[in-house]
Amino acid sequence: MGNKLLLDQGSGGLASHRLVNEVFFRHLGNPILGRMDDAALLPRPKGPLAVSTDSFTVDPIFFPGGDIGSLAVHGTVNDVAMLGAKPLYLTCGFILEEGFDLDDLDRIVASMGQAARKARVKVVAGDTKVVPRGAADKIFINTTGIGEVVASPSPSGHRARPGDVVIISGSMGDHGLTVLSCRQGLAFEAPVQSDCASLNHLILKLVTGLPAVHVLRDPTRGGLATSVNEIAQQSGVGVTLEEDAIPVKPVVRAGCDILGLDPLYLANEGKIICILPEKHAAKALTIMRRDPLGRDACIIGRVGAENPGKVVMRTGLGGRRLLGMLEGEQLPRIC
Amino acid sequence: MNSFEALRDPERCKAVLAQIEEAMQGQTLRFMEVCGTHTVALFRSGVHSLLPSSVVHLTGPGCPVCVTHESEVAAYMELAARPDVIIATFGDLMRVPGPGGSTLKKAQAEGARVEVVYSPFDALAVAANNPGDKVVFLGIGFETTAPTVAATVRLAKQQGLANFFVMPFHKLVPPALDALLSDPAMAIEGFMLPGHVSAMIGLKPYAPLAEKYGIPAVVAGFEPLDLLQAILLMAEMKRQGKPRVINNYKRVVSDEGNPKALSILYEVYKPGDALWRGIGTIPGSGLVMSDAYKAFDAFEALGVTLKESKPLPGCRCGEVLKGIMPPNQCPLFAKACTPASPVGPCMVSTEGSCAAYYKYQLDLSPA
Repeated sequence: MGNKLLLDQGSGGLASHRLVNEVFFRHLGNPILGRMDDAALLPRPKGPLAVSTDSFTVDPIFFPGGDIGSLAVHGTVNDVAMLGAKPLYLTCGFILEEGFDLDDLDRIVASMGQAARKARVKVVAGDTKVVPRGAADKIFINTTGIGEVVASPSPSGHRARPGDVVIISGSMGDHGLTVLSCRQGLAFEAPVQSDCASLNHLILKLVTGLPAVHVLRDPTRGGLATSVNEIAQQSGVGVTLEEDAIPVKPVVRAGCDILGLDPLYLANEGKIICILPEKHAAKALTIMRRDPLGRDACIIGRVGAENPGKVVMRTGLGGRRLLGMLEGEQLPRIC
Repeated sequence: MNSFEALRDPERCKAVLAQIEEAMQGQTLRFMEVCGTHTVALFRSGVHSLLPSSVVHLTGPGCPVCVTHESEVAAYMELAARPDVIIATFGDLMRVPGPGGSTLKKAQAEGARVEVVYSPFDALAVAANNPGDKVVFLGIGFETTAPTVAATVRLAKQQGLANFFVMPFHKLVPPALDALLSDPAMAIEGFMLPGHVSAMIGLKPYAPLAEKYGIPAVVAGFEPLDLLQAILLMAEMKRQGKPRVINNYKRVVSDEGNPKALSILYEVYKPGDALWRGIGTIPGSGLVMSDAYKAFDAFEALGVTLKESKPLPGCRCGEVLKGIMPPNQCPLFAKACTPASPVGPCMVSTEGSCAAYYKYQLDLSPA
C-alpha cells in the first residue's frame, strides 16, 4: 500500500479492487457485503422499516473521542434508532480527495468497523470515488441506515403532548465544543471530549420497556435548543425547560463563556432527548441511568399547551425567556 | 458555595429584588445599560422579566458591532473585494449588512478571502503565512479590546511585518455617554456602566455623569446578582438624591483602571473623531493611528477613505441605540428585520439590543 491515495484507486480497475480489499473489506467485511453483487440481498424483517441517510464532512477528521468514520456510523445508527427501530444495516459512500493519506483512511475505516460491530449493524453496500486534489476536503462519508421498527407506535416529533416530561440522557455541547476547539487550535484547562456514540442499545431497552415513549430525538447540529424547538413546532405544543436542570460539564460551560457560545446550541453526537408522559418518567430514568450512555439522565422540562410552537426557558432565578432556534452558525463574539 | 455560584444564587437574588421593590416606592427609574453584554445578561438570566414595572430598562450604544457606521462597513467591503487583500475579523462582523446589503459572509462565498480570528494576534500569523498578500484586521471594539489590537500593531512593528494593517474603527465610551446626555430627547436616570471597559479606563472618566448631569451610575459585573445590585444602588442613589459613580465590580475593576494597557493603547493610537451608526460624528470618541504607527493604518496604506453612506431606509437604529425607542417598537422589528435577514447590525450582533429582544423576549402566556 502506498502512502497517498491516487486517482487510479478510484478508477474501478485493479487499483480500486486492491483498495477495496485491503482497506474496506478488511475492516467492514461480512457475508452479505462479501457477495460482491451490484446490490445487497437482505432478508425481510418482520416490522416496518426505518431508513435514514446522512453525509459527514467534519473538520478535523480526527478529534478527541472519535473521528469522521465512527461519527458516520454513530450518526446514522442514532437517526434510525430515534424512530424506535433496531438498526440492522448500513451502506456507506466515500468521496476521497486525491493525495489523501492512506494510513488515515485505514484508521478511519477501522474505526467505522469497530463502531459498526459495537452497534451490531452490518455494512452491506458501499461505494468509493476518488476526486482530484482540491475537489473535496480530504474525506466525505455518506451513510444510509436501515432498521426494523420495534416500537408501536413509533416515537415521532409530532407526538409530544401536554403533560409529558422532557428527559435528556446526559451533558450538552461536548461534541460541538471539542470539534470547534480542535479546529481553532484552542486548549482549555481541562480536556474536552466528544460524546460520539451509538445509542441504539439504550433506545431498544427504552422502547421495549416503555411503549409510551412519545418522542426520541438526538440533539445533533443546532443542539438541544434547536431540537426542542423543532419538536414544539411539529407537535404544536409549548415546552418549558428548566435552565438549572440541564447538565453541562464545567469545562464546556467555561469554554463557551470564553468564546461567547451557548452550549445549548452546540452539537451532541451521543445524547437523546426523550419525551413521554410524566407517570412513566421514573421508569425511563431508571432504564437510562443503568446504561453508561445514559448515566446522567435527568428531567429538564415539561410540555404544555401554552405558547404553542415555542420553547420557554425558566432561568435559575425563576425568570422566563424565549429559547429560540439557532440562526445560522454560532460565531465567536468580539468581547 | 463558591463566590461564582453565590453570584447566581436564587435566594440572594430574590432578597435583592425585594430590596429593589422597597427602594422603588413612589418613584420610577429609567436606567440604561451601556454594554451589549449587559443587555444579553439581563435577558438571558431572566432578571429583566423579574424587575418591577417601575424599573424601566433602556438599551444603550454599547455593542461594538451595532455602532459600526454604514460607511465603515462599506470601506471594509471595498477592501474585501480586492484580490490581494485578506480580511481578518472577529466573527461578529460576518453578517453585518453593508449599504448594498452585502456582507462579509456573502463576499466570502463569492471568493473574497476572509479569516475569522479569535484574537488580533491570530491575524499576525495570517499575515506571516501570506507574505504576498495584505492582511487587514478590522479593529472594532471599545476600550476593552482596543489595547490588545494596539499591542498587536506594536508587535507587527517589532517583527517588521509590512503586510499587516488595521482599520481603526475603535470607539470610546465616555464621549458617547456625554453625547447621549446632551441630547434633550434623552430621559436617562441611571447608568449601568460596562464592566470590561471600566477595567481598562477605571472610574475617573465617568465623573461628569454625577457631577455635570446628576445621574447615578454603577460599574457592574455580568452575573445576576451583579445586575440586581447595580439596579438597587441606582434606585437608592436616586431616592436619596445623591448621585455618585460607584464601582460595584471590584473583583475585576480597579478605580484606577489598567494604566499599562492604556499606555500601550495611547502609544499606538491617539483620540480622534468617530462616526457612530445612527448617532453621527461624536468628537473625540474614536482612535486614530499615532504618527509612529501610521504605516499600519489601512486607510493610509491601502488608499481607502470613508465615503458618505446613507442609512438604510426605515432602520431606526439611532433611536434604539440612544434608548429612545425599544427595539420591538421599530417598524421593521421581526418583520423586515430578523436575524435571518437583518436590516441593521443591532439585529445581527450577539450583543445587539434588537437581536436580544428578538431572541429572548416574547409575549409569554402566564406561567
